Amino acid sequence: MICVCDTPFDPGHELKAFENKADAAGAIVSFLGRVRPEANDDPVKALHLEHFPGVTQKSIEAFAVQACQRWPITQHLIIHRVGMLAPGEPIVFVCVGAAHRREAFEAADFLMDYLKTKAIFWKKEIRDSGARWVEPRGQDHVDTQRWSSK
Amino acid sequence: MARLLFFGKLADLAGGRERDLPLPDTVDTVDAVIELLASEDELLGAALNEKSVRCIINERIDNTPGIVSDSDEIAFLPAVSGG
Repeated sequence: MICVCDTPFDPGHELKAFENKADAAGAIVSFLGRVRPEANDDPVKALHLEHFPGVTQKSIEAFAVQACQRWPITQHLIIHRVGMLAPGEPIVFVCVGAAHRREAFEAADFLMDYLKTKAIFWKKEIRDSGARWVEPRGQDHVDTQRWSSK
Repeated sequence: MARLLFFGKLADLAGGRERDLPLPDTVDTVDAVIELLASEDELLGAALNEKSVRCIINERIDNTPGIVSDSDEIAFLPAVSGG
């Protein structure tokens, strides 16, 4: 399931619901990304996330299909926030269920690399010193590149 | 009348997320639309010409040809970043 949502979510609640549905999974890997309280020693007051309504969801679905074709995963869940978020708030939650741990770890890693560099979102950090649009770091692109060479 | 959409920093530069623009017959490619916008706003034109900017026409993520018509929705997307 994929959800681009504009209201806060509870990762603990979502993980429990995922576990209840993932009967066939011997392994479940989850990842939670949260708003960092500071960037380069500059306190972050808020993070504003934009999306392209409808199109962002479709693009994530297309990429989740690739993950399902690449690894024998039994279930997946991707929740991504949009709107104004406070430091510490969950931004993204990815859960992958599989028969064994390796495919669950790899598929979750793959999905997160995609979400960081290719999913259609834009992030603006609101700091004490002003606001700035955030682009992926060089390392994020290097991480995503790993999957095309495998 | 083409509907233009701007996201992220491009919306800041364009002064909003949406704009309706009548396309003259001679403007039938994305590059020509950018040229038209650049003739009115140099800063926006320069930002739209950045390599990282992607264009999605009529919400088709699988197929983004450079040809446009006056009834299209043309979305300009700067470098993306989620997670």
